Amino acid sequence: MNKTKDLFMAGLWEDNPVFRQMLGLCITLAITNKVANGVTMGVAVFFVLTASSFVVSLIGDTVPRRVRIPVFMLVIATFVTLVYIFLQAFFMPLSQALGAYVGLIITNCIILGRLESFSSENSPWDSLVDAAGVATGFAFALIAMSVVRELLGFGTLFGIQVMGPSWTPWVSMILAPGGFLVLGLLIWVQRAISPVEEE
Amino acid sequence: MQYISILIAAIFAHNIALRYFLGWCPLVSQSKKLSSAWGMGVAVTLVMTITSAVNWPVYHFLLVPYGLEYLQYIAFIIVIASTVQVLEMVIERFFPSLYTTMGVFLPLITVNCAILGVSLFMILRDYTLLTGIVYALGSGIGWSVAIVSLASIREKLRFSDVPKPLQGPGITMLIAGIMAFAFLGFSGMVGIK
Repeated sequence: MNKTKDLFMAGLWEDNPVFRQMLGLCITLAITNKVANGVTMGVAVFFVLTASSFVVSLIGDTVPRRVRIPVFMLVIATFVTLVYIFLQAFFMPLSQALGAYVGLIITNCIILGRLESFSSENSPWDSLVDAAGVATGFAFALIAMSVVRELLGFGTLFGIQVMGPSWTPWVSMILAPGGFLVLGLLIWVQRAISPVEEE
Repeated sequence: MQYISILIAAIFAHNIALRYFLGWCPLVSQSKKLSSAWGMGVAVTLVMTITSAVNWPVYHFLLVPYGLEYLQYIAFIIVIASTVQVLEMVIERFFPSLYTTMGVFLPLITVNCAILGVSLFMILRDYTLLTGIVYALGSGIGWSVAIVSLASIREKLRFSDVPKPLQGPGITMLIAGIMAFAFLGFSGMVGIK
């Protein structure tokens, strides 16, 4: 039970995919200008990561080394296609807001990284826990980013006005530069709270 | 004329890295040294142009006629992964010296979201084949501009006194933010349809 908790917490905080491993940055930067987008993407990645981890942990040993990456990519692409069709069917506006970035979950290096380094060599249960931890860590990063950016950039949260009518929105926060600046500052905060040893 | 404006727009105003945030994992990890930044830039430009040239006919002649557009992700990723694999083998066989410098970057490219992103944008924006190829070439050059300038700044940064938690990725993101501000200035120059 303890091992399960450690595995989960490592993915969530100490080895947080975004703040620590600098993975999955494209999505983190691109869609975090609204909290709703951040939450949707967090859920989508959670599903894709846990499902493909589980599948890969079952087939990991049987795949020849040389074609591992293409095979893993196919597994991921299959689940991403499911998410894409699901979003189009039930959440059309969100699907349009996320645009091509749903497809880019396939090349999210977090997922391939976990499959390659963990799921292919571990039991299905451990892989599921590890995937859930990492995915929660990713969702946490997405939500943290999007709360800051939506609050400063639009003065709203989930589209609801919070900052009052006198608030002047920081337009740069919802444009490209704001994404980089907020991520840089959040990385600073995260590493100040739990310092990196080796670097 | 329109090809030139697409090319310029893809390099500067619509820079794939600084405007659309694509390909950031290698941008952070490979921008510590200028030499590896160059290698990565060339490799990405090459793969990006080839895969778009292959993905366009795959989408328009294979998927659309049979109503299989929803399979685009899977189709594109197969094309990208196999292109990278073939390219790696060709370079290893015929240009061994190039392989030693560029070979390590190739497998990384399969998971570079910029490659898949360019193919998806090309379909999303309904480009013709030639426009798509020019756009991919421009995006590759634009990505290389971003990684090379980032690497140049980071090499200088070694001599500055950055707070410890901010070192490495943190300061890189702040630099990227400032670079993105600079690239926003190009948006008035040329548009993209």
